[in-house]
Amino acid sequence: MDNEKLKRELFRPSKAAKQERRGKFISFSALALIVVAVSAIILFVTMKGLAAFTQNHVNVIDFFTGRDWNPSVKGANGQPEAGALPMITGSFLVTIFSALLATPFAIGTAIFMIEISPKRGAKILQPVTELLVGIPSVVYGFIGLMVVVPTVRTLFGGSGFGILSGTLVLFVMILPTVTSMTADALRSVPRYYREASLALGATQWQTIWRVILRAATPGILTAIVFGMARSFGEALAVQMVIGNAALMPTSLVSPSSTLTSVLTTGMGNTVMGSLQNNVLWSLALVLLLMSLLFNLIIRLIGKKGAMK
Amino acid sequence: MNAKTSNKIAVATLYLIALIVVLILLSLLGYILYNGVPVISWHFLTAPAKAFTAGGGIGIQLFNSFYLLILSMLICFPIALGAAIYLNEYAKQNWVTALIRNAIEILSSLPSVVVGLFGFLLFVVYFGLGFSILSGAIALTFFNLPLLTRTIEDSLSAIPDAQREGGLALGLSRWETVTKIIVPAAVPSIITGVILSAGRVFGEAAALIYTAGQSAPALNFADWNPFNISSPLNPMRPAETLAVHIWKINSEGIMPDAKAISSGSSAVLVIAILLFNFAARFIGRRLYKRLTSS
Repeated sequence: MDNEKLKRELFRPSKAAKQERRGKFISFSALALIVVAVSAIILFVTMKGLAAFTQNHVNVIDFFTGRDWNPSVKGANGQPEAGALPMITGSFLVTIFSALLATPFAIGTAIFMIEISPKRGAKILQPVTELLVGIPSVVYGFIGLMVVVPTVRTLFGGSGFGILSGTLVLFVMILPTVTSMTADALRSVPRYYREASLALGATQWQTIWRVILRAATPGILTAIVFGMARSFGEALAVQMVIGNAALMPTSLVSPSSTLTSVLTTGMGNTVMGSLQNNVLWSLALVLLLMSLLFNLIIRLIGKKGAMK
Repeated sequence: MNAKTSNKIAVATLYLIALIVVLILLSLLGYILYNGVPVISWHFLTAPAKAFTAGGGIGIQLFNSFYLLILSMLICFPIALGAAIYLNEYAKQNWVTALIRNAIEILSSLPSVVVGLFGFLLFVVYFGLGFSILSGAIALTFFNLPLLTRTIEDSLSAIPDAQREGGLALGLSRWETVTKIIVPAAVPSIITGVILSAGRVFGEAAALIYTAGQSAPALNFADWNPFNISSPLNPMRPAETLAVHIWKINSEGIMPDAKAISSGSSAVLVIAILLFNFAARFIGRRLYKRLTSS
């Protein structure tokens, strides 16, 4: 009779085994929660973003090519004026310009930090860039408002608000990020690459240009795309200096807007579920898709770089 | 042009670029501190903001920033720790894990305004939490989760496998090994990671303007019952944080001293983040010394 009991005792999972199962379950649920959150964000923003096209029958092509943004007014064709081209253009322009401006400075600084003067790099440049990566974007926006906008106004005329100011603010904002990521890429180039090149009689610059930069290209590209993704998604710093006029930019100093700036200013002034609100969610969807695209590009670069 | 001349030119150019960048970055920091620090006073740090007249402070905003930070960390940290433990200790190298890692990457690259709008849609509107500290804390959790998970995972994976083998060889279960050996060994770098991500959360504004709201109702600092509406601890009240405050008064502020207040607030934000940075390094090093024999 005791045999049965003993058998049960022996085959029962131990306390540690139960704990193990519970622990594994808890930690997996935490991970699952993150996945659910990501899926929920993508699902909800997509659903809301498509509402303007499915419920309010905004024409998709008009949305992407229309130049007039005034969703509360009906245009000549009886459709609401919901052309997002000005904002899309604005977002792309500030992103591309700021990346073009930041790239040479970031690469130059990173090379200086890692190759030319590692001591000063580690002592001054690295802590400064690391600190500046953490500066909140509103602070960049505020300085843009105080310094960049008046400077642009005196130098180039106009109100000072516009693509140029947005570009300059984003340039300074992404510079630390791109610099420190580029420095990481350079740091991961093996030391013997440098030694081999110098032993062949190459000068320092030839080594940097022909060997190190080539070897670090995937990492540097990742850094640049990462910076672009940050520029594209930045909301408040840009919104403060871009001028917030939903017009096609006619020059670099004409007030314009980006996807994010229209979202931040518009979302509070529209009623949930209305057409004016739904088209804003469509802008958010464009933003989301672009961020997914940047993500994909980074992954592709990573894969290509890894194959070598 | 021979190789030596071009080498000299190139190196000189690199010196120039590095100098320009250092000048830009230092003048940025200098500008913030030079304009902001003179504004900071005890009155400025503790007085409530004034909407139409000069002389207001940032007391409530500053309190809100810290409260929101602590609340979101309380939600975020256990989830990130659990997820990191699973990823580093249990997950097998297969497509499910790859997919999960991918999802975390995506979350970390989402623009914070999108995260904020999602929080607005789901928590503020659908769940009816309204503009509240709770909604803001959840939005910040989404914003912070991927980075914190990755930092904790890095800290865990830096612990040598010999420790795991030792634990298992002593007959501990995997979970016991993780909780009793691996996590304690990783505490210094986990804490460093937590403080650094706290700095990021502290300055975040775009995810908060439509979740924690843009208003800072008066608080009664004598009332610490979290269920009272004017209590500072009430998680259901709207709470404008310091970063949101800077944005708000610059885009639609009508107070005459908006510029001075934003300068002061920017300096407070930057100093707070500097402190977070130093604290992270200092505490990390201290704990490492105390917890290891080296």
